[in-house]
Amino acid sequence: MMLTKTHKTLRYLVLVIMAIIIIGPFILGFWTSLLPTADIAKGALFSTHISLQNYVDAVQQTAIMRYLLNSFVISLLTMAAQLLFCSLGAYAFVFLSFKGRDFLFYVILATMMLPFEAEVIPNFVTVRQLNLLNHYAVMVIPFLTSAFGIFMLRQSFRQIPPELKEAADVEGLNHWQFYWRVTLPYARISLFTLAAYSFLESWNQYLWPMLTTFSDKFRPVQDGLRQLQSQETFNNWGMIQASAVIVVIPTLIVLFVGQHYFKDGLNEGATK
Amino acid sequence: MQAEVTPAPKPKADQSAAISRQRAKGYNLHAGDKYYAFAFLGPSLLVLGTFVFYPMLRTLYLSLFLTDNVGRPTVFVGLKNYIGLLTSSAYQASLQATAIYVIAVVALTLILGLLLAQLAAKKLAGIQWFRTIFSATMGVSVSVAAIFWLFIFSPSIGLFDQIGSFLHLPIVAWLTQPGPAMTAVVISTVWMNLGFTFLILFGALQMVPQSLYEVSAIEGASESYQFFHVTIPMISPTLFFTSTVTLIGAFKSFGLIDLMTAGGPNNATNLLVYRVYQDAFLSGNYGLASAESVILAVIIALFTLLQFKFLEKRVTY
Repeated sequence: MMLTKTHKTLRYLVLVIMAIIIIGPFILGFWTSLLPTADIAKGALFSTHISLQNYVDAVQQTAIMRYLLNSFVISLLTMAAQLLFCSLGAYAFVFLSFKGRDFLFYVILATMMLPFEAEVIPNFVTVRQLNLLNHYAVMVIPFLTSAFGIFMLRQSFRQIPPELKEAADVEGLNHWQFYWRVTLPYARISLFTLAAYSFLESWNQYLWPMLTTFSDKFRPVQDGLRQLQSQETFNNWGMIQASAVIVVIPTLIVLFVGQHYFKDGLNEGATK
Repeated sequence: MQAEVTPAPKPKADQSAAISRQRAKGYNLHAGDKYYAFAFLGPSLLVLGTFVFYPMLRTLYLSLFLTDNVGRPTVFVGLKNYIGLLTSSAYQASLQATAIYVIAVVALTLILGLLLAQLAAKKLAGIQWFRTIFSATMGVSVSVAAIFWLFIFSPSIGLFDQIGSFLHLPIVAWLTQPGPAMTAVVISTVWMNLGFTFLILFGALQMVPQSLYEVSAIEGASESYQFFHVTIPMISPTLFFTSTVTLIGAFKSFGLIDLMTAGGPNNATNLLVYRVYQDAFLSGNYGLASAESVILAVIIALFTLLQFKFLEKRVTY
């Protein structure tokens, strides 16, 4: 398509305006994280007193690095567990024959409709009785598997050609071997998508850790920022912004590095 | 979120298969699989049973009771919790606020997401940079988004108030007035949603065959005609998928509300999920909060069903 010169300029103008709107909050957050809080409080956003002092303060005076570590541990454990248990469950629904299989599958499918948020009351009582409160376990155990993950991997496993299974049967591979040597490698793109999805889901958990963790030792980063924000209300904007920037940088890096995979995986999910 | 829907591989009409084998979905399934099934599926069933099925039934049960302050049922009240809720003006206001929030978030997310995708789909020098920027908010978690926007909306030092005072406009108390507070949380949510929506819609646009545009251009179709008569119909499944995901996400919004307004001012942003949290964990009113949970779950389930129904239909053509 041929674009006239003014047409092209106009298009760039809209692109730039939208880019500024999207990226503006990042830039403002980053910029204010470099300013002394005194200047921010005066509204002097064009201050030239730039330094990394807020970052030093955030790392030294708050538990922000500990929160990040906690979140990494929790999200990695959740991701690994979901990859394992969802793939095992999905395998059963595709390659195993047992009574009530289809019924069970539809029951699991139906639970995808239930928001975890609507079930927090009994779940809170359960983890309190199991003595899991205020520990990594409380943020991992309820999410060891997911109906969504089982569903997605089942769809993907079903694309494995029956001939492969027949050949494996002839070779005498048992289910563990077929699961490990054929099914998982075959469905690696879906597994990668589930890995990214479950990691981000866990990383973004907010309500559940807020209810179940009370100490900096286990508090994940979302809840940690909430803690900083409520303690420091409007007193130390510079340090709060620095903490937010520290938190956002790892996920931005992951996003940009993994963007190709993300795009492929998401499109596979959304359009097939 | 993902919903790969592919038709099942058709079983071949191979009637000579061994009798002891059941041929379904193209794979040989053995009668002796049930021990494997137990090992493979057991862990998932245990976790889902404990943290999904049981709490679902328990929530339903609790919603029919008054409870003590640690959540044990005391007095059976039948549907009184529900009746009380649906007739209380505070809950009705909450429903209304949720509806406004959800509709605004879904509409703005889709319109802006589509605009971004459409802009980024054109081949221009440096377009890759814009694509990267447009997807950036996917890497932003809810607390970070809330903190960035809290600052932008904060009184007098925030960006909006600074611009406003520079232009001699009246100062808006963004987060302490009902209308502006709702506007602020909607803007923040939409911003946070855009990265993901952009990526999905951009992917869908890439898959529309170029030939459709070429043919319609030869026939003299304008760009806006093409947009409404080629682009929109071609990506309508993805648009529908995206709108359902955004809608369900909006119904579950909690973190942004908690950090930015805590349901205020005057309950103007006290959405359904936030109310569950307040009534259960701040007021200790677990029976009532369970009834609120059930209502929330029913609303979300209806919309999810709608999506499943739709995706099911798509498979047939």
